[in-house]
This record gives sequence, C-alpha cells and structure tokens, in this order.
Amino acid sequence: MQPILKTEGLCKQFLLHDQNKLIPSCANVDLEVYSGELSALVGPTGAGKSSVLKCIYRTYLPTTGRLLYRDAAGHVIDLASTSEHRMLALRHAEIGFVTQFLHCLPRKSALDVVAEPLLARGETREHAHSKARHLLDLLNVPERLWGVPPATFSGGEKQRINLARGLIARPRLLLLDEPTASLDPGTTDRVVDLLQSIKQEGVAMLAIFHHPELVRRLADRVVELTPPVAVTDLLETCA
Amino acid sequence: MKKVLEVRGLTKFHGRGCAHCIDSTGPEMDTNICAHCGSVVAAHDVSFDLHAGEILGIMGESGSGKSTVVKTLFFDDAPSAGESLFFHDECQWDLFNLNAAEQRWLRNHRFGMVYQNPHLGLNFNVSAGGNIAERLLMNDLSHYGEIRERARLLLSRTEVLPERMDESPRTFSGGMQQRVQIAKALATQPPLLFLDEVTTGLDLSVQARILDLILEIQQELGTAMVVVTHDLGVIRLLAGRTLVMKYGRVIESGLTDQILEDPQHAYTQRLVASAL
Repeated sequence: MQPILKTEGLCKQFLLHDQNKLIPSCANVDLEVYSGELSALVGPTGAGKSSVLKCIYRTYLPTTGRLLYRDAAGHVIDLASTSEHRMLALRHAEIGFVTQFLHCLPRKSALDVVAEPLLARGETREHAHSKARHLLDLLNVPERLWGVPPATFSGGEKQRINLARGLIARPRLLLLDEPTASLDPGTTDRVVDLLQSIKQEGVAMLAIFHHPELVRRLADRVVELTPPVAVTDLLETCA
Repeated sequence: MKKVLEVRGLTKFHGRGCAHCIDSTGPEMDTNICAHCGSVVAAHDVSFDLHAGEILGIMGESGSGKSTVVKTLFFDDAPSAGESLFFHDECQWDLFNLNAAEQRWLRNHRFGMVYQNPHLGLNFNVSAGGNIAERLLMNDLSHYGEIRERARLLLSRTEVLPERMDESPRTFSGGMQQRVQIAKALATQPPLLFLDEVTTGLDLSVQARILDLILEIQQELGTAMVVVTHDLGVIRLLAGRTLVMKYGRVIESGLTDQILEDPQHAYTQRLVASAL
C-alpha cells in the first residue's frame, strides 16, 4: 500500500530578523501516513510536533524537506512547494486540521461554525446543519449551546466544536493537534470512538496526543521526535 | 478554479522617472522617492493571479502602493508599465490596452469598487437610491419601477433602511455610506470587486458588520475580491491569500495564515508582532 503522506527530511527553523536569531523547531522528520490508519507524533515539549503539522498544512513554510501527498486523483504533490491555489484547494477538499485553539468569527453560532466546511463545499444549509447537530450530539455538546457563538465556551467545549468542524467534511487526511487535551474521561472516550470510526471509513490521520494511553488506543504507527539543539545566534554561526 | 485576473509587472511612477529610480527606491533603500530625480515609485513589478470567488488581501502601511494597485486596475489611474488580463465568460480583456469607452464599460458592467472615502464612490447630489439607479441605468435597465425595486432590494440586502433611499447619502452615518457604496458596487453583480480600506475609520461594531456583510456576499455570489487594508484583523478575517507591500514592492506573499504565523520578511515580522 502507498502512503497518502510521506515526509522526507522535513526541517523547520524560524529566522527572527529583529533579534538576529535562528530558532530551530523540528529537524529531519521522516514519517508516513496511510489511509485508514493513525500515525502518532510523540516527543517532549519543544520537539516540534505542532510545527510538523503546521508545515504539512502550510501554516508554516518548511525550511527544507519534501512533503509528498498523494491526492484523490492519485497525483503526488509536494506540499512544501505546490502553488498557493493548489494548497487552498487541498485544504478545501482533502486535508483537514484540528488545531488546539478555535479561531472563528466571533459572531457565528456554534452550529454555523461546525457546518461551515460543508457550506463552503456548496451543500445545503439544512443538510449541513443536520450533520453538524449529529456530530455535536455525538461529542456531548449540550444542545443549549448550539445557537450560541463559541467565544464564551469553556476550553473543552471549544475543543469539541473545533473537532466537529474538522470531522464534518470527512477529509482524506486529518491533522490533529491534541484533540482531547482539555476533555474529561467520558468525553475523551467518545472522541476515541469517533476517531476509530472515521479510521474505518478510510481517513488517514496524523495526530499529537497528550496521553500515552491515547497513543496506545489509537495509533497504528508512532513517530518519535527529539528536541533540536539550542537557539543559535546568527552572528555566531556566520562568524 | 478559473482565473479572473492576471497581473504582471504592474508599475506606477509619479514624476518623470530616470534610469536610477528602481535601484534607488524600495524596502532596502527605505524610501519610494528616487534620490536622483525626485520621482515617486508608487508600485513596481507587482504580479499576482486572482481566481473566481477568491479574496486576495493586499496589506501594507500608508504609501506602500497598495491602493495604487487597485486604482490602476479600476482605471482610476494609468500604470507606467505592466500587463493585466481580466477573464470572464470565455472572453479576455487586456486591461491596460483598452480605449476609454471599453474601460468605462468594464467599470460599469464587470467591476465594482468600494473606496475608503465615500465621496469617491457616491454622488452626494442624488439620493442613495439614485446612486444605485445610475449604475443600473448604465446596465441597460430602464424601467423606472424595476430600477426602484432593484435599488430597494440591494439597499435592504446591505442593511440600509429602504425608507431612507430617497435621502442623499450626505445625511447618512459613515457606516451607512459604506453600505450604500457596497450596494452600488454590487448592483450589476460584478465578478470582480475592489475594496480599498473600506472599514478604516469606522467604529469597531460597524466594522464587524460590514466585514460580515462582505463575507456573506462572497459566499452568496462567489465574487472575487481584492481587499486593500493596513489592518491585520481585516486580512485575517477576509483574505485567503495575502500580498505584503512596502515602498511600492511586494515583499512577500502567501496563504494568509502563513503570513500571520510564519512571516518571512523582517518588515512583516515587525508588523505582525506589533498587532494588538
């Protein structure tokens, strides 16, 4: 079986011009993600786990390395160098990202926030809302919150809104950054069940989990990252 | 995705220009005024593509050349060099090689513009409804009742009270004037809309509603837009892709979340770091 995503020598550094500093993040990351499987990224804080996900989603520009993604038509695309329009089209139709924090319009109801990816694909409002209701229900979000903007929600509630929004459009590749970090055990079990079921539907996932227990329950592959060497001063490296 | 607009090497000088203008201006030289001849290089070598239904942000501070770009594309100003193609309905227009009549036709039928200053976009000597009727008349709609009905619909869509459609926009608040401008720009359902600092100077709550309205319109009509602003919040909310300009040059471009979270250029890093 061919991987849906394969990274080769992915490396990310931040060049801070004003401080004249080079901040290393992840280095030499080689990993593979397959349809219907979950690959887990593990490693201590600062090892660059989130950076890997952000590089794949092009929220960060990779410094070096290739990110080979096999799209629905079977074409292999290097996400590190593909055009912005191609990347936007992939985000729209194939690659989803559930981040740790919810960024959304402060004036939209939770239901609209969750339904939005489907509406953007041109589905009817009724259909999108009914799917959104189903997911919010599965994730134990109380119905009284559905019509309220999520800005005032608790951390765990926001996280479930974010998760529902990421899952609703069934991406081919789903990137998850600590999707259960602020959830209670009961709700975490619901999320695990949901992730298991979309895995069976063939969704490929690359995830960061807080708890080793979740890695054990969900991961088919484990990728270990090690922290990079300390911050280097540009002047020193040049000298 | 279909391409709506292709801009290549767009350049605009104010002044006679000389052989040193390009080398002696730009972000590295920290100026857009040529030290040799005093000409202003308002924009140099600006290139981008815009696809159907897409919102492109152009971000930069005053004098960066961001407004110059949309002004030349909307024919308010003539470029000094460059090429720009507009695509619609299997046809293409070479924007900088059209005669005045063709330019006027495109402005009235295919493009829309919303200016920061409502005086530029609206005629204050006629009523709000009359402003919209003007644009509809140019689009070969001539039945009085029909025009009035369309104007009423457009104004209520942009949340302007239809009861006030017979008043001059002079008596309106700044936010309402912007709404009338948006209604006027949308009257012909243009495939391409230019927005130049449309929320600058408005109250935060008014800004929010105007931005919501713009997003709704983009989703309903699939209008491609070029949004010019110095406001990172507007960029974050509206634009999928962003160009950052300084002293007339595009210093970086990318997906909006990448520009905001992983800016590459020193200037963009400073800009993002100083956001509230």
